[in-house]
Amino acid sequence: EALVINDPDFQHEDLNFLSRSQRYEQAIRKSSMMVMKLREYGIADPEEIYWFKSSVHRGRPEPLDLHLGMFLPTLLTQATPEQQDRFFMPAWNLEIIGTYAQTEMGHGTHLRGLETTATYDPATQEFILNSPTVTSIKWWPGGLGKTSNHAIVLAQLYTQGQCKGLHAFVVPIRQLGTHQPLPGITVGDIGPKFGYDEMDNGYLKMDNFRIPRENMLMKYAQVEPDGTYVKPVSDKLTYGTMVFIRSLIVGDSARSLSRACTIAIRYSAVRHQSELKPGEPEPQILDYQTQQYKLFPLLATAYAFHFVGAYIKDTYHRISGDISEGDLTELPELHALTAGLKAFTSWTANAGIEECRMACGGHGYSRCSGIPDIYVTFTPSCTYEGENTVMMLQTARFLVKSYTQVSSGQQVTGMVSYLNDLSRQRIQPQHVAARTVAVWISDPASLVEAYKARAARLVEAAAKNLQAELNHRKSKEDAWNRTSVDLVRASEAHCHYVIVKLFTAKLSEVSDAAVRAVLTELCLLYALYGISKNTGDFLQAGILTDAQVTQVNQRVKELL
Amino acid sequence: MALLETGKYVPGSVPSGVNPDIASERQTASFSVEKLTAWLDGGAEHTRIRRAVVEAIECDPVFSRENQYFQSQNERYEAAVRKAVHLQKKMREMGWTENGPEHKYIHRALAGDVAFLLHRIFMRSISTLGSDKQVAKWIPLATQYQLIGSYAQTELGHGTYLQGLETTAVFDITTQEFILNTPKISAMKWWPGDMGRSATHTVVFAQLYVHGKCYGVHPFIVQIRSLQDHSLCPGVTAGDIGPKMNFEHTDNGFLMLQNVRVPKENMLNKFCEVQPDGTYVRWGSQKINYFTMTTVRVSVLSDEVVVPLMKACTIAVRYAAVRRQSKLRPGEEEAKILDYQTQQEKLLPQLAAAYAFHLITDYLQKLFDRGYREIQRKNFDTLPELHAFSSGFKALISQYCTSAVDICLRACGGHGYSLLSGLPSLYTRILASCIYEGENTVLLLQTARFLVKCFMAASTGQPVPPSVTYLAAVKPGKCPAKNKLDFLSPDIYTEAYRHTAARLVSSTAAKLQDLIQSGVKKHDAWNQCTVQLAQAAKAHCHYITVKNFAETVEKLKTQAGIQKIMKHLCDLFALHGIFSNAGVFLHDGYLSGAQMDMVTASYLDLLPVIRKDAVPLVDAFDFTDKSLNSALGSYDGHVYQRLYEWAQNSPTNKQMSPAYERYLKPLLHNKLSKL
Repeated sequence: EALVINDPDFQHEDLNFLSRSQRYEQAIRKSSMMVMKLREYGIADPEEIYWFKSSVHRGRPEPLDLHLGMFLPTLLTQATPEQQDRFFMPAWNLEIIGTYAQTEMGHGTHLRGLETTATYDPATQEFILNSPTVTSIKWWPGGLGKTSNHAIVLAQLYTQGQCKGLHAFVVPIRQLGTHQPLPGITVGDIGPKFGYDEMDNGYLKMDNFRIPRENMLMKYAQVEPDGTYVKPVSDKLTYGTMVFIRSLIVGDSARSLSRACTIAIRYSAVRHQSELKPGEPEPQILDYQTQQYKLFPLLATAYAFHFVGAYIKDTYHRISGDISEGDLTELPELHALTAGLKAFTSWTANAGIEECRMACGGHGYSRCSGIPDIYVTFTPSCTYEGENTVMMLQTARFLVKSYTQVSSGQQVTGMVSYLNDLSRQRIQPQHVAARTVAVWISDPASLVEAYKARAARLVEAAAKNLQAELNHRKSKEDAWNRTSVDLVRASEAHCHYVIVKLFTAKLSEVSDAAVRAVLTELCLLYALYGISKNTGDFLQAGILTDAQVTQVNQRVKELL
Repeated sequence: MALLETGKYVPGSVPSGVNPDIASERQTASFSVEKLTAWLDGGAEHTRIRRAVVEAIECDPVFSRENQYFQSQNERYEAAVRKAVHLQKKMREMGWTENGPEHKYIHRALAGDVAFLLHRIFMRSISTLGSDKQVAKWIPLATQYQLIGSYAQTELGHGTYLQGLETTAVFDITTQEFILNTPKISAMKWWPGDMGRSATHTVVFAQLYVHGKCYGVHPFIVQIRSLQDHSLCPGVTAGDIGPKMNFEHTDNGFLMLQNVRVPKENMLNKFCEVQPDGTYVRWGSQKINYFTMTTVRVSVLSDEVVVPLMKACTIAVRYAAVRRQSKLRPGEEEAKILDYQTQQEKLLPQLAAAYAFHLITDYLQKLFDRGYREIQRKNFDTLPELHAFSSGFKALISQYCTSAVDICLRACGGHGYSLLSGLPSLYTRILASCIYEGENTVLLLQTARFLVKCFMAASTGQPVPPSVTYLAAVKPGKCPAKNKLDFLSPDIYTEAYRHTAARLVSSTAAKLQDLIQSGVKKHDAWNQCTVQLAQAAKAHCHYITVKNFAETVEKLKTQAGIQKIMKHLCDLFALHGIFSNAGVFLHDGYLSGAQMDMVTASYLDLLPVIRKDAVPLVDAFDFTDKSLNSALGSYDGHVYQRLYEWAQNSPTNKQMSPAYERYLKPLLHNKLSKL
């Protein structure tokens, strides 16, 4: 970080006054410099590159993001050794700049619906790439609009007259030397967006564009010269990258929200307004209960998400270790957990950044406050790498599956193990909801139990509603759709439980007493605020009584 | 999606005709769209006038918004001024007048993208606060644009809390002038629109001092720029405050005053006056100075808050009808995303809210027009209630609609993030409404203060304004609903809202009393209750909105097709509110857990019913494609072709990027030694 801050080449001007083209140009300038410096300092570790990169660009997107974050890693994981020789080193040396072209105009999260085709022609041993419809035009990839000369294109593979599903192809798109689009390629910038001004998100349309057979990434699936298709060993392995990126978004939620909180809380400490006591000078707005109620729960949330982000990253590394040893047992849970937490944290952080901005009144609306930029840069994370509602429903599918397992007498493990308790209670006559948890509102561990009971109840309710719909209607899909609002709520409750649990668990790891004390208060605030915002769930399930809810509301205000 | 077969499309051209996916939505409408539009406009005659105004403006190339998304702040400002000047000409040509029936549609047709809006506030404050003599002097000048006005209230250090303003106006008896000063950096006027570069005059709000005594905040007309060469007047420093999230077309400005003198006649003196010897005389209520702000609050609600939500709903619903993604049933083609329950649950409550808030702003507007006439006659009786209404509803509606537009934006997935969808601009614009004309939390607390006062009065049997009489009848009770269909009865849910609002007001008032009785100082006690007070004020406004929606639907009896769908929307709006705030309804046992399940079931059952009419319901808002200015929301549903065409028009694709020659080329050729 110090290397960057003291380097005049990276001095940044006030971006607020730059036009979109200027912002793109500045970003490119810095990226070029950055690559040179990385070489100069001999930085090669991915983690170090990441930190170097975020210091240079101050957390903003940049045109080489996709090259470094997707193009190179995809080559590493999916290219054969021969392809590594041909593409990886030139890409590493930036003779090739690549991007990752997956999303199309008509298709995003639902990958199977992608329409771009790659048809194998055995006569010439080439793939013929086509964008057959308007909806199939590749749309959004970063760095595609102006910067890249290659792209990894995801397309439906056709060989011997059959569709074999999605595969990745390395496609040259611009002439090396002149940077002009190659014949058969139409490429450009998709125009102005809410944020991401520095990024040249682009479109790509291909008309009978031919690439050699060897440009299909063939570490797993292969097409032989005669057109014979060889299946990959396991199709689950490609999940890995997605899970990784989603886990990064969880950490990003924490960081973006932390930045917004820092600005809003500091400003609230220096802004004086109105009067609290007649005759006294105007107080800091941070002394108003309503202001505290806006900002401090968000501060607690930022801390909570920070710990969740760290947990997810560690879990990912642990489980990908298992995976490379061939153990896939934990993959479904990890996949479900990252999907849900990605959605939960990005939704909450998104709303939280806006709260922070509004807590700064009119000046928050000025671009000079810095918060608008944080918001517009962060908000697309609710959509990219999997639309949030779809993510929540994926988590729900896992929860319902686990619930079904429990109902049929099996035990489940991991974060969903609380579902095991449901079957135990069914032996007793009373409904799970009627179970009274002795909730002690100043004890984080007791609150974890309350959240656990809420998650269990909502998962059970959703699963039962689903079953009821199934009994009424014939089709499984209709029943699922008619229950999806309940299912999303169940997933949210599950994620909320996981977060409270992780935050609480973290407390015991803190050795410094003062730090532990303040973190414990934040943890309590986070948990109690969540209850006061969702009192309906806790009251309806009989987890808490009216009087306890009043106490919770009171305690939240005391903690402020 | 197989909208167009391989090879049959010409890139960048939007086909004629309507996308069959959206055409089919219109064939099954349960009501007449034209009739609903007329009802929303307040009669077919209004619809006719509105369309004529929109047509006249949209066919005039000067008013085009075609390249708006590609323009810089300077270009947007210049276009806005050009439009404002041209508008004067247009109005003369068309015979439109300030008081004519066409006038209120002009802003809608221009989508607010025009300069000199503060000029109108300038005029309005003079007509409300100025004496007959002042009106006679200034209004004709302003009407003929011989000067351009602004309204300078907010300072760098002070916004909603007006008493804290630091600009001073000291009366100089020897010259019969006021001397205006912004004595420190936080006193600098900051934010006023049209002031950064355009205005020649402005109404400055300053603390009035006579003989060393402060009389509080008063308005003064101050000339800031020369009428000859537009240079700044002596003692005046002014300029633009820089980039914002939106309003690039407006030159929000700053203003510093150093010993600027204005004649005594420039203090607006309808309600108070400084006499030549320095005697201060006041007649009428002190609150009258704020009445301009109060009326502005209500008038912005329709154009700047409800209309943007209607537009956002139009874009998001139409897009959801043509966007197909994933499969609902195996073997079928990909489903319209509008058929997914989760998508319906995102969009349809926002659509219902747009209708609910349209109706309540209509109601408020009428209430205020009546109140305005009363105040002109110097009858101030209704002022506290009007003030409480304007504050609470401005806060509730702007906050609700802002998050509703955000939901619409995110419901459009990635394409919603493109400026070409129109949604980011709608969002950044509407969210300013949460702050201007009074910060929302502060406003809610003002309403809460009124409610607590009325509650106290009512409980001791004193008369209170009609809108709050229900507070007197707080008693514990249970909701009588027995099955989920009962929750489709407006009586049942309106009563639930009423009960909850009354409970929140009364319990907070009780807590406030307790604290005070236990020895906590009054202002500390108030601060400790503010979170609940704000919640109570919101509940009150939410209740009135539901009640007004239900009563309006009731009165629609004669128009069958429309009444039925409006009833569904009213039910959805009300049940969505209970579903999303379950805790406050469950809290004292007014609703039981089982009843809450009934609410949820009824609420979710409504979604597929309203879904059938979703596209006709947004068509009824009757926005032209030009006014939506959205690649996703046009009437014909040719979303992808339009998006592709518009992107190709982006200047980023037209001019050669210098970045390649300068940075990329050396990088790719590995020759980047020194930049």
